[in-house]
Amino acid sequence: MEVPILKQGGYLIATIQAALSDADLIKLQDALVEQVGKYRSKGVIIDVTALDVMDSFATRTLRSIAHMIKLRGAETVICGIQPEVAFAMVQLGLTLEGISTALDLEEGLALLNKRTREREAARGR
Amino acid sequence: MAKKEDNRITSDTDQNVPSESIGELLRQLVAHLRQNRTQLRQEWARRITQAKLLTAMSQDEIFAEATTIYDNYVEALESGTFEALQGYARNLSERIIPRGVETQEVIGIVLLLRDVLARSLFAKYQHDFALLNRILDAYEPAANSIANTVAVGFVQERERTITQQQEAIRELSTPVLQVRERLLILPIIGVIDPQRARQLTEQLLRGIRTNRAKVVVIDITGVAAMDSNVANHLVQTVEASRLLGATVIVTGLSPEIAQTLVTIGVDLTKMNTVGDLQGGIEEAEKLLGYKVILVSDTTAQA
Amino acid sequence: MHFSTSGLESARRHVGDEVRVLIEADSDIVLAREHGRLIGKKIGFSATDLTIIATAISEVARNILVFAKSGEIVIREVSEHGRSGIQITARDNGPGIPDISLAMQEGYSTGKGLGMGLPGSRRLMDEFQVISSAGNGTIVEMKKWVNQNG
Ligand SMILES: Nc1ncnc2c1ncn2[C@@H]1O[C@H](COP(=O)(O)OP(=O)(O)OP(=O)(O)O)[C@@H](O)[C@H]1O
Ligand SMILES: [Mg+2]
Repeated sequence: MEVPILKQGGYLIATIQAALSDADLIKLQDALVEQVGKYRSKGVIIDVTALDVMDSFATRTLRSIAHMIKLRGAETVICGIQPEVAFAMVQLGLTLEGISTALDLEEGLALLNKRTREREAARGR
Repeated sequence: MAKKEDNRITSDTDQNVPSESIGELLRQLVAHLRQNRTQLRQEWARRITQAKLLTAMSQDEIFAEATTIYDNYVEALESGTFEALQGYARNLSERIIPRGVETQEVIGIVLLLRDVLARSLFAKYQHDFALLNRILDAYEPAANSIANTVAVGFVQERERTITQQQEAIRELSTPVLQVRERLLILPIIGVIDPQRARQLTEQLLRGIRTNRAKVVVIDITGVAAMDSNVANHLVQTVEASRLLGATVIVTGLSPEIAQTLVTIGVDLTKMNTVGDLQGGIEEAEKLLGYKVILVSDTTAQA
Repeated sequence: MHFSTSGLESARRHVGDEVRVLIEADSDIVLAREHGRLIGKKIGFSATDLTIIATAISEVARNILVFAKSGEIVIREVSEHGRSGIQITARDNGPGIPDISLAMQEGYSTGKGLGMGLPGSRRLMDEFQVISSAGNGTIVEMKKWVNQNG
């Protein structure tokens, strides 16, 4: 199942709809990296609310997506990780160190706005 | 009772050398109590009801308990050892505490028994004040230690029950408190084992989601010790909360626990720690964008 | 004695249905996870435990796909000493693991992974066992019990 990517203002929003196969995740990675370049997006939100498992592969892929997007000058926020999923992740030994996280899409957008403002203020100074 | 006091004083000044040993006196006493068992038990039960003690129990129950206490009481007087009585007191407490019987009621019934027995000794030895006094002198300290044993047994049992209840309550409802919008406090008190740590984490994570919390203050001032296993859970809780988008501030970290964390490889500089809960809440409010107004500021403005 | 013990043993261990999922493509990993959840739910695991079970299945199933290309996952209900649990067996005829204790170390990976799959799954489950040697395929057997926290 492919992940739809929505363009909203300067941001890209990818909403994962159901349990993803590894191939879908890799496709998402390629699509996001391409579109961030194409639209000169300032930020990307990946909504994982529908993900019922975040295993080592998913975590590694999300980390590498965030890394590539950073190299293209944009911010990534992962939002919607479920309490049970977070619990299993940390027990497995997985973290998303260095990547911003938010409770849900609304919070994710607020966080991106704040980040972008801070960055612009820093540049303007 | 005033009469008894008077008699005793005159007897002490008599300088009469007692002809019997205390053991012998107690034996006489015990024989008397055994002989009049039925009547004295009834009298005691009647006085308990009259004094409105043990109202949580039925007449029959009071009589049944009175019988057992009476027999144990007499046995303690005879043997001078209180183990059996102590055991019974604890057992009795265990049964009656859940029914709401209070400490003063238990002390009350034991004192009543002391009184009932003393009165019967009066009646029996009235004719011989010297002997009565010696009997009472032997009886008093024994009766007092018995009363003491029963009362202490009850109080200890009550304390144990309360501690158990508190523990059970604590386990059932780990308080995740919302002090203001988007700010949760998780005060951890007592002993944490891995099982409880897991419960705490699950509850906190669910709490973050339902309250849409952005900042969580975990206060571990009330945690005496933490082994590396539990310390690992704490670190996992901090990380899992962050995965949900919440920032965790840990307060009340004792030097011992800080050392445990360092030992298991936690980089404390990466952990958000603040000395005490108050400071933690202030820090949380700063993170949430609330202005913390110092008292000196407001007074300067006023 | 021997006869009856082994008879009891199999009766005791194998309670409910067992589900066998062939792992040949990455969509099979998702399928195995879903079966794990279904059986786990029937056994009575909590929501958190079901996620934990699905995560562990995901790890061992992916290892099959990545390192052995194909294999199978068998999921079944087990019970023992009056407690019920779930048993997951991952089996393949791939290259095998030459040094199991090395493979169980966090961060050790011969692939592009984080090296968290095996050590992490061991933490997630109550019992965990790897049987493997170079050239002889790999079996990972893990169990989790209801109401046993850890
Ligand atoms: N089924 C298997 N067949 C052969 N080798 C295996 C198998 N499973 C694991 N291994 C070996 O054990 C190592 C550790 O496995 P583990 O799952 O912990 O890490 P990984 O798969 O390399 O990375 P990650 O799981 O974090 O993505 C692997 O790198 C591989 O060498
Ligand atoms: Mg792996």
